[in-house]
Amino acid sequence: MSTHAVDIHAHDDGHGHHHKETFVTKYIFSQDHKMIAKQYLITGTLMGIVGVMMSLMFRIQIAWPEEPNILFEALLGKWAPGGVMDADIYLALVTIHGTIMVFFVLTAGLSGTFSNLLIPYQIGARDMASGFINMLSYWIFFVSCIIMMGSLFLEAGPAAAGWTIYPPLSALPMAQPGSGWGMTLWLISMALFIAQSLLGSLNYIVTVINMRTKGMSMTRLPLTVWAFFVTAIIGVVSFPVLLSAALLLIMDRSFGTSFFLSDIFIQGEVLHYQGGSPVLFEHLFWFLGHPEVYIVILPAMGLVSEIMATNSRKPIFGYRAMVASILAIAFLSTIVWGHHMFVSGMNPFLGSVFTFTTLLIAIPSAVKAFNWITTIWRGNIQMNPAMLFAIGFVSTFITGGLTGIIVGDSALDINVHDTYFVIAHFHLVMGISAIYGMFAGIYHWYPKMFGRMMNKNLGYIHFWITAISAYGVFFPMHFIGMAGLPRRYYTNSAFPLFDDMTDVNIVITVFALIGGAIQLVYLYNFFVSIFYGKKATMNPWRSTTLEWTTPVKHIHGNWPGEIPHVYRWSYDYSKPGHDDDFVPQNVPLKEGEEELQH
Amino acid sequence: MTALFIIIIVLFAAVAIWQMVKIFDLAQVSTDTSNNGIATDYDNKINGYLMLAFLAFIYIITIISFVYWGHLPLMSNAASEHGAEVDNLMMISMIVIFTVQIITQFLLHYFAYKYRGEKGKKALYFADHNTLEAVWTIIPVIVLAGLIIYGLFTWNSIMNIDEDADPMVVELYAQQFGWTARYAGQDNVLGMANVRLIDIDRANVLGIDEADPNAEDDIIVKELHLPVGKPVLFEIRSQDVLHSAYMPHFRAQMNCVPGMITKFGFTPTITTKEMRETPEMISKVQNINNIRADKSKELMAKGEEELDPYEFHFLLLCNKICGKSHYNMQMNIIVETQEEYDAWIAEQKTFKESLK
Repeated sequence: MSTHAVDIHAHDDGHGHHHKETFVTKYIFSQDHKMIAKQYLITGTLMGIVGVMMSLMFRIQIAWPEEPNILFEALLGKWAPGGVMDADIYLALVTIHGTIMVFFVLTAGLSGTFSNLLIPYQIGARDMASGFINMLSYWIFFVSCIIMMGSLFLEAGPAAAGWTIYPPLSALPMAQPGSGWGMTLWLISMALFIAQSLLGSLNYIVTVINMRTKGMSMTRLPLTVWAFFVTAIIGVVSFPVLLSAALLLIMDRSFGTSFFLSDIFIQGEVLHYQGGSPVLFEHLFWFLGHPEVYIVILPAMGLVSEIMATNSRKPIFGYRAMVASILAIAFLSTIVWGHHMFVSGMNPFLGSVFTFTTLLIAIPSAVKAFNWITTIWRGNIQMNPAMLFAIGFVSTFITGGLTGIIVGDSALDINVHDTYFVIAHFHLVMGISAIYGMFAGIYHWYPKMFGRMMNKNLGYIHFWITAISAYGVFFPMHFIGMAGLPRRYYTNSAFPLFDDMTDVNIVITVFALIGGAIQLVYLYNFFVSIFYGKKATMNPWRSTTLEWTTPVKHIHGNWPGEIPHVYRWSYDYSKPGHDDDFVPQNVPLKEGEEELQH
Repeated sequence: MTALFIIIIVLFAAVAIWQMVKIFDLAQVSTDTSNNGIATDYDNKINGYLMLAFLAFIYIITIISFVYWGHLPLMSNAASEHGAEVDNLMMISMIVIFTVQIITQFLLHYFAYKYRGEKGKKALYFADHNTLEAVWTIIPVIVLAGLIIYGLFTWNSIMNIDEDADPMVVELYAQQFGWTARYAGQDNVLGMANVRLIDIDRANVLGIDEADPNAEDDIIVKELHLPVGKPVLFEIRSQDVLHSAYMPHFRAQMNCVPGMITKFGFTPTITTKEMRETPEMISKVQNINNIRADKSKELMAKGEEELDPYEFHFLLLCNKICGKSHYNMQMNIIVETQEEYDAWIAEQKTFKESLK
């Protein structure tokens, strides 16, 4: 059943070029999965810098509302007259922050980087099924980034209707300035983004199904590949629905249809729209929007599982249950979208159904959390920076996941819906956690990507300060949310009722500033190590998976000789009867050795 | 107070960074292997202890948050009948959450500390254990089943509006950026309305059908008065974009959707006056007024006007992003005795009288 890759790039000389590589084909229009992974990572990082900067700006505005700030004057220009941030641009900042972080950083930056890097490496393939489609998907992503960034420079400002772009606010330019060209560019950018995501996902699915090396059965796959594979499937199922929602919204905006709009009186005139419903848009949006959070978190879970096993020098605990819970989460993720809409005006009976399915997701999530904890139990834990971020991931995933029991319960959601409680919940469970997963992956596979090591001490400082800041920002946020403070308020000073939350907001912002600043240490470490890091050895973390059997220097086709065959699962760490505390997957079973039946 | 917070946090961060750099530098010297980016036993030890410290940090930030901000969450003193039920469910969920949080975070960080790596140590080859996994599948199933069932009963009792209780019908009408309320009048039936019928010149701002006899006695107001103990059914409309009618003290919220009427009903259980006299509210208002007094001093020093002292009101606020002034879309809700309410409503003009 494991089919052999058609060996189009079989080279024995170790460098092997059938065709001459120019700068352009090697670094720009590359079809090599390793280069594309790096392109995704660096583009995602740059987008991430913009996204985080935006969050710091609006956090400053919330903590010290309407106070003049030189930073605003410098960065926002005419949108911050006299250094005081304008209310419209505040909404634009939260909108673009959300869009960038969810899609451009945590979907493309995370999944795009590691699926591309690890799928061919870990299943033992020379490259992706289609290098050309892979290249295409990156460049479509790049154009999509350019358009989204370009929208920041529009006269009327970028989209500002929240990252969920609910119509009619997003559909009517007279409702807010950002709903003019800003929203048009947002929609075009997202349509391209969806296209690249689908191309990428199809490629991942085909590659995993068809190109595994000999011996690499599905039950021997590392959990990373399982996670990427299932993520790609969720993407293919749900992203097209967002595309259709975006297209219908474009029709409503530009061609006078009424899919989402009805009976609107705005700025003294009645609009012609009739018979549509914004609730329909909410359904379509969240049919992608909810699976999207699993598209973000599953790859991070995969990376964390792999890193935890490697650094604990122990097999991942309950491999079968881990795979089963990935599948269960994936399935459930497509039937819970309505929990974003408990108070949207949909039938309350649907609310009951969605509460039920939503709370079910807690079960596979709990299994995963306990299995990770058991994985480190009686391990021999190597505290590499990647491992710290993996442990941090489990910690924030638990803290953030637990409050899901509240927001997922329709009766409780009534009062915390759209408050800071929700912000605290989802930032911890899929924002911070996924970013931790991404950092863990970067620290761990950096030697594979760049052939050099990152500085571990800077890594430690990066982790600990980030970890403290993350809790400092989001833990107190639960309290103001439960006090009824709505999200997306430009300032809370319009309500004396909220005056006693001023100090909480200042504490949160200070932690956010510290957390933001410490990322400079990471950026320094990342970019400087590309050129000046210590040279990496072939298998620095003493890991079992196939990517560590490839040479440090990247070659076309990954392995200089034959593709290795696989004889065991990927978690033979500290197996009794072996001298080393790891046995790579390509080492045949010893005589009399039994493969673990899992 | 706030300034102190900032100084403490910044100081804390600076010391932490300085200490860590020092510790990690020492680690380099003591092991003297060139920094090849891979954790040594010394790194394992330091980070193992830091894991314990971080566990302490999580517990401490939890305790500090409760001490300083524990009074903020709306988990008691609900002003509606179903609110008490919601608060109860919230309390149970919170107890479950904190129990699990405290235990799992302990296990995670303690194991990370306890089993930190040492050269020559070998980890346990422990890949599977069906009983264990069954245990932590079944326990969440049971706990969640309880929460789901309780939650669904609560949800159904909130959302199924009992028409037999003869609720007072009130329309909440949202627009950028304000609220209007319309009482159904003597007949308790709202006149038909559609934004297409809006006629600003005739002061028909809600688009009420003038031909509908039910509309004649409707009463349009900018402040919401509710008699205590009487069920009220809100019929909610929006004229332009999505809004959300959020009444946190009543544990009530429903989106306002252009083109459709959404509904939410509850029974207020305490008057504004009584609410102001509860000990919790007295201390909250006192606290807010102290903060405002401090702020006023700052403003006066700058030559600006001082802030008015705060008096508690139930509020209706917008909780769905709706544009520039989303942050300031509010209406006061006054809960009063039936007699006070009757006196107030009698003074209001009916729709027919208000037409120009």
